[in-house]
Amino acid sequence: MTTPHRDRSGRPLVAVTGLGIVTSLGEGRDDNWAALTGGRSGIHRIDRFATDNLRTTIAATVDFVAAEPFCAPALSQELAVRAVAEAIGQAAIGQAGDFPGALFIAVPPVEMEWPQRLALAQASGAAGDVTYADLIAAARSGRFKTWHDLFLFGSVADHVAERFGTKGSPVSLSTACSSGATAIQLGVEAIRRGEVEAALCVGTDGSVNPESLIRFSLLSALSTQNDPPGAASKPFSKNRDGFVMGEGAAALVLEDYDHALARGATVLGFVLGCGERGDSFHRTRSSPDGAPIIAAIREAIDDAGLTPDAIDYVNAHGTATPENDKMESLGLMAVLGERMSGVPISSNKSMIGHTLTAAGAIEAVASLMTLQTGRLPPTINFQVPDPAIALDVVPNVARDASVTRVLSNSFGFGGQNTCLVFGAEPA
Amino acid sequence: MSKREVWITGIGLVSSLGEGTETHVAALGGVTPSVDGERFAPHRLHPAVPLAWEQQIPKKADQRQMEAWQKLGVYAAGLALADAGLKDDKERLGRMELVVAAGGGERDYVVDGQILTGLPTANDAGAFLNERLMNDLRPTLFLAQLSNLLAGNISIVHGVTGGTRTFMGEEQAGVDAVRIAAARIAAGQGDTFLVGGAYNAERPDILLIYEMGGFLWAHDFASVWDRPGHGGGFIPGSGAAFLVLEAADTAGARGARPLARLDAVAADLTRRAPGSVDRSLARLWAQVSPGAPRSKGAILSGATGVVGITEEERGALARLAQGVRVYATGDLIGHMLEAQFPAGLALAAAALAAGSFEEATVTSVGHTRGEGLARITRIT
Repeated sequence: MTTPHRDRSGRPLVAVTGLGIVTSLGEGRDDNWAALTGGRSGIHRIDRFATDNLRTTIAATVDFVAAEPFCAPALSQELAVRAVAEAIGQAAIGQAGDFPGALFIAVPPVEMEWPQRLALAQASGAAGDVTYADLIAAARSGRFKTWHDLFLFGSVADHVAERFGTKGSPVSLSTACSSGATAIQLGVEAIRRGEVEAALCVGTDGSVNPESLIRFSLLSALSTQNDPPGAASKPFSKNRDGFVMGEGAAALVLEDYDHALARGATVLGFVLGCGERGDSFHRTRSSPDGAPIIAAIREAIDDAGLTPDAIDYVNAHGTATPENDKMESLGLMAVLGERMSGVPISSNKSMIGHTLTAAGAIEAVASLMTLQTGRLPPTINFQVPDPAIALDVVPNVARDASVTRVLSNSFGFGGQNTCLVFGAEPA
Repeated sequence: MSKREVWITGIGLVSSLGEGTETHVAALGGVTPSVDGERFAPHRLHPAVPLAWEQQIPKKADQRQMEAWQKLGVYAAGLALADAGLKDDKERLGRMELVVAAGGGERDYVVDGQILTGLPTANDAGAFLNERLMNDLRPTLFLAQLSNLLAGNISIVHGVTGGTRTFMGEEQAGVDAVRIAAARIAAGQGDTFLVGGAYNAERPDILLIYEMGGFLWAHDFASVWDRPGHGGGFIPGSGAAFLVLEAADTAGARGARPLARLDAVAADLTRRAPGSVDRSLARLWAQVSPGAPRSKGAILSGATGVVGITEEERGALARLAQGVRVYATGDLIGHMLEAQFPAGLALAAAALAAGSFEEATVTSVGHTRGEGLARITRIT
């Protein structure tokens, strides 16, 4: 028996052995990486639903995946299933339908959508003003039984767990726009506790529908520069005016390093550290001093057993909202200091939009592919620098670089700040 | 790594019976549940008692930013922090971790009704829907119904800012929130956690979801154990429950008073089939109560009243804990979905602290999926 591998804090090392990804740019690692490093945008005019009377008419929807009935939970589930299948395939772990570990999955908060409400209203036969009493009366017929399961918060996780045979009680979670990173953090913690030897960590979001888009629009969070669509998402630019909604999913197979070694798995990289901090300042804005963001970045680097000097590249949250990019830059400058002006940072969201619940997981996959290939995807649409943001944003064109450690940031409404550090080798 | 002991040091509980632990512990001795059968007739629910919100949510501006489920949760979270002696302890609250079991939703029912009335006759349904939503939705409604914004509001109102995580998934979210918080404390991945959930049953969209599945009890109030013979089903209950969980060493160091020790939490999600709940509970029982003495104990069951699973749970408990008194929290406060397991645990811990029992086991069998058990012991 060899001595178990441990990190500097004496904890099991967390290896990544499988990656899967679906975005508006395509399905799978190869297509996505080619597009992301080719500077291609997946943002387009919405043709899934009518856009009359909307201020924003573009999104990075995934239109090549069918879901029935078409709604956020059904599409989110299908996206997750495809990403998971790819990740488990790469990891070559367990048997088909028998994944030897836990499931942590970030899913969008679901609720019944307008086509279903309308169907219930029509089934009720209500004449005149329709109320919820009519919908409930229609529900009593028993004809809509499958929609109960469809719109429960725990259903996507349950179905993914059943399909892939994960063990134990699957955890569905939401930490808004940092959800994907939180799913990874939960997996890391479970492995470090020695509770599981493997964890399947997933983020998925297929929730671009009229009401979800309008909700963000009413908060003035979305870009309204609809034409041309591919130029709308402009992280770190002076003329940035909000994010573009996106869809997608990503899955990571995390494993106790010794478990991966023992079964001869190919190790793609390591999750070295996680940092997390709540913000009590405001429901949608960060503390003006950036203290919670700074604390989350610092904690992730500390947790990895590193110092800020060890970070070679930052996969930005980079939403392209005026607020986020300013605060993210401020936070990074505070932790990495003067050196940050020379550390490359880029935002995948310039190409795939903000994939919301999935973003942290999708950007983790991109971070690990950067570690594997030594290639930095660009921040596209960078034409007008913001003098207040003195960062090397890898403007417009991908770049080769020697990268051994990546910081990936995720920040969300409700004061959610989650940062992850990935490495090619243990710290 | 040696496992650290986990203490429950604060309880916040709000329901149709009232607020605070005393009312709820007294209810274990017998109570007439509060049931409203009129507001949403023919459906019944257990409505939350009126609360003086300003006692836990001082700013009116904060109250306005929240829908009822969030307010219930923030209120109960405040009670729990006060009970643990941590209210306004900025330094500790700044490091405290938050795990919330949440649903979400809450809608503008008038706007929804107007849209559904107008859609069938609109010239262009898509354009009509967009126009109405753009003009009629309150911008802040989104935040008042977003799942992770209960946690966000607890951060804002009470200053809990270590890390905040929101679990979703109906009853099992409540089980997993407690399970993972306890596991993190035991393994040294955090010292102090605020864990719980909230539920507003007084919502037609909630009734709609569960009516579609045929899960609502449609008759006069009856004990959950007596419902399966008459079609079964649950009566939704409004309320919230939060617990402060602390590592015994850090709680002891600050001189905190332990209400109970959380010995074990276990959870599973089995494929439901006849017998699966019985088998699942037996497995979980073995995990949480290895060789546990069964005298002077009680079981607080989260049984729903849903056909099949309720009889199986009753049978399993009768076999696993022969002669031990079983209380159904659903008979007292109704079914609070995500908040039901935290509420059962809160009530059990309060009863232990009041000297009612020496130990207690809390169960959760989700109405459609998920099973969980927790075991707590009195600290004397």
